[in-house]
Amino acid sequence: MKKIDRTKLTLGIAAPVLAIVAALLITSVIILATGKDPLHAYAVMVDFGSKSDSQVWIINKAVPYYLSALAVAIGFRMNLFNIGVDGQYRIAAFFAAVVGGALTLPGFLQIPLIIIVAMLVGSVWAGIAGVLKTTRGVSEVITTIMLNSIAAAVIGYFLQEGRLAVKDGNLFHTPDLPASSHFFTIPTQPDPLDGFLVVAAVVGVAYWFVLGRTRFGFDLRTVGRSESAAQAGGVSVKRMVITSMLLSGAAAGLIGMPTLLGVSYNYGTDFPVGIGFTGIAIALLGRNHPLGMAAGALLWGFLERTGTQLEFEDYEQEIVGVMQGVIVLCVVIAYEVVRRYGLRIQQRKVGEELAAQARKTDKAEVSA
Amino acid sequence: MRRVTKIAAAGIASAALACSLTACGESSTEAAGKDKGVGLAFDVGGRDDHSFNEAAARGTDKAVKELGVKSKLMTAKNGETEADREQRLTSLAEAGFNPVIGVGFNYGNSVNKVAKKFPKTTFAVVDSASTAKNVYGINFSENEGSYLAGVAAALKTKTKKVGFIGGVNNALIQKFQAGFEQGVKDTDPKVKVTSQYLYANDDKGFNDPAAAKGKAKGMLDDGKDVIYTAAGQSGAGSIEMVAAKKGAWAIGVDSDQYAQPGLAKYKDHILTSVVKNVDVAVYDVIKSVEDGKPLHGTVHLTLKQDGVSLATSGGYIDDLKGELDAAKKRIVDGKVKVAENPAK
Repeated sequence: MKKIDRTKLTLGIAAPVLAIVAALLITSVIILATGKDPLHAYAVMVDFGSKSDSQVWIINKAVPYYLSALAVAIGFRMNLFNIGVDGQYRIAAFFAAVVGGALTLPGFLQIPLIIIVAMLVGSVWAGIAGVLKTTRGVSEVITTIMLNSIAAAVIGYFLQEGRLAVKDGNLFHTPDLPASSHFFTIPTQPDPLDGFLVVAAVVGVAYWFVLGRTRFGFDLRTVGRSESAAQAGGVSVKRMVITSMLLSGAAAGLIGMPTLLGVSYNYGTDFPVGIGFTGIAIALLGRNHPLGMAAGALLWGFLERTGTQLEFEDYEQEIVGVMQGVIVLCVVIAYEVVRRYGLRIQQRKVGEELAAQARKTDKAEVSA
Repeated sequence: MRRVTKIAAAGIASAALACSLTACGESSTEAAGKDKGVGLAFDVGGRDDHSFNEAAARGTDKAVKELGVKSKLMTAKNGETEADREQRLTSLAEAGFNPVIGVGFNYGNSVNKVAKKFPKTTFAVVDSASTAKNVYGINFSENEGSYLAGVAAALKTKTKKVGFIGGVNNALIQKFQAGFEQGVKDTDPKVKVTSQYLYANDDKGFNDPAAAKGKAKGMLDDGKDVIYTAAGQSGAGSIEMVAAKKGAWAIGVDSDQYAQPGLAKYKDHILTSVVKNVDVAVYDVIKSVEDGKPLHGTVHLTLKQDGVSLATSGGYIDDLKGELDAAKKRIVDGKVKVAENPAK
C-alpha cells in the first residue's frame, strides 16, 4: 500500500518538473537561436519580476485571468469546451456597465447589483449554448465560438453615441460609474492591490468545494468521465449540461469586474478583449485545479510583466508569447507522458501479480 | 466544517503573506536611469505597418538623424489592457526616455495617467487629448483629409459605386468615414458609398490584412471600383486585393502609401493617400524637448495647417487638381464644414 503511494507521489511531482525543465530547455534554445543569452534573460525576468511594484502588477493582472480559468474549468471538468468565455465576459461587463452607469445607489447596493447583472448576463449568454446542445444537439464548441462574434456585434451596435455610449475624444464608452461603485483596494506600497483578489479567492474556494465536495460536483465529474455511466446512475445529463453552462457563464461574468469596478469605471472601445482565451490556456496549465490555475494565472502575469523589460535588453518582443505557448504545450504533453507511464507501471504490476498467482495455482495443481 | 475554517484560515494567511511581500522589497521605479532619447510606444501593427505607426516612426527617424537623439521603439500586442499600456509607458519613462510618445488613441488615458508620475518627462499622445500638464496631445482633422479623398473617388469612379473600409468601428475611424462620405456626396450625389468595418470593437482590425482583403474582395465583386481603407496595417490587404483588379483604385491612409517600399508592387493602383502628418508632429515634439521648450496642451492639426493632406505621388489625381484645390479652399475658408460623425 505504502509503495503505491510513493509511486503516485513521484509521478505527481514528475509531471510538473518535467514540464518546467522541458519548457526552460526549449525556450533557451529559441532564445539562443535569436542570438541572445537565455540565462541573462531569466536573470532579468526574475530580478524585475520580484520588484515590489511588479508583484502588485502581477497579482492584479492575474485576478481576471484566474476568474477566466475557473469559468473555463467548470466546463472542462464536464467535458464541455466553453470557448465562449471571451464573449460571455465582454457582453456581461458591457451590460453591467450600462446598468451601473445609469444608477446612483449607495455602494453596498450598487456594487453587488452590478456584479449580479454581469453574472446573469454571462450565464444567459452561455446558457444559449447549453440549451442548443441539449435540445438540438449542437456542439457547444461551435455555438460558443459563434456567440463570441455575436456578442462583439451586439456590443458594437450599442456602443455608439446616441445609443448606450457617450463620446470621449476618440473613444466611445458607457457613462462612468458613480464613485460609490468603485471597488475597494488593499493598500500596499507603492501601488494598491485590487480588492477583487478577495472575490477571486472566494470563487476559487467555492469551485473547489462545489466540484470536489458535493453531490452536484460528483455528478458533474461523472458526466465528464462518461455520459452513459452517469445516465445509468440516475444523473440527468441534459440538466447537468445546462447547469454547468450557466455556472460557467456566471463565473465568466466576473472576469470583467476587476477592470470595470477598479480601473476603467466604464465599458469603452478600449475594454480588454481576449481574456477568455487566456483562461483556456491557464485552465490547461493548471489542470483545472484551483491552486494550479492560481499558479498559472500568476505565471502568466509574471511573463507579461517581465516581457516588457526583456525588450529593454534587446530581446525580441515575441519571446514572451513563445514562452507562453511552449509552457502550455509542455504541460499538456508532460502530463500525458507521465499518465501513460503510470498506466504502464500499473499494468505491469497487475500483470506480475496475475502471473505470480497463476504460477502458484500451477504449482498447487502439480503437487496435487 | 472544520475543514472549511482551515481552508479559510489558509486563504487569509496566504493573502496576508502576498500583501506583506508586496509591501517590502525595492520598487523598480527606484532604479531609474538618465536621459536616453525618445521612447515611442506603438499601437498594434508595429512600426512597419506602412501606414499610421510608420508615419510616427519616420518622424522619430528624422529626429535621430538630425538631432542626434537615440530612440527606443516598442509595440502593443492585441488584446492589451490599460495595465499593459501603463507599464510600457512607465518603463520607458523610468529608463530615462524623454519625450515618451504614445502612438494611437488607445494610449489616451494611460499617457495622461503615467505622465502625472513623471512630472519632469514630456509625454505626447497621437490622436488623443492632453489632460496633464506635461502631455502634448496631437489630434488631426482626418475628416477633412478624407473629404478630399471622397471628392477624388467620386470623380474617378466609373461604376458610380465606391467603398470605405474601416479597421474598427470607433469614434476615430468614423471621422474618416464621415468625411469620405460627405466628400463623395457633395461632389456627385449619384455615386453610392458603402461603408463597412472589419471589427466592431476589437483592435485586431488594425493588424488583420486578411480580413481587409476579404472585405475588399466583396466590395470589388459588387462593382465598387474605388476603395478607401482606414485600418492601419490591415490596409495593405485591401490594397493588394484592389491591385489585382484592373481599373480599380485603392486610396491609402496616414502615410503616402504609394511611396511605401513594402507596397511598391501595388503602387500603380494606389490613387492617392490621405496623409496624416504624424511624422511632422512627432518630430516637432522631440525637437521641442531637445530645445528645452517642451510642447504641451492639446493641438488640432487641420487641413488649413497642413496637418492632413492628399498625396499626389504617382500623378493619378493630377487631372483632378482643379476640383481638389477648390474643395480644399472651401474647407479652409469655412464654407464647407466637414462632419465628424457619419450621417445616419
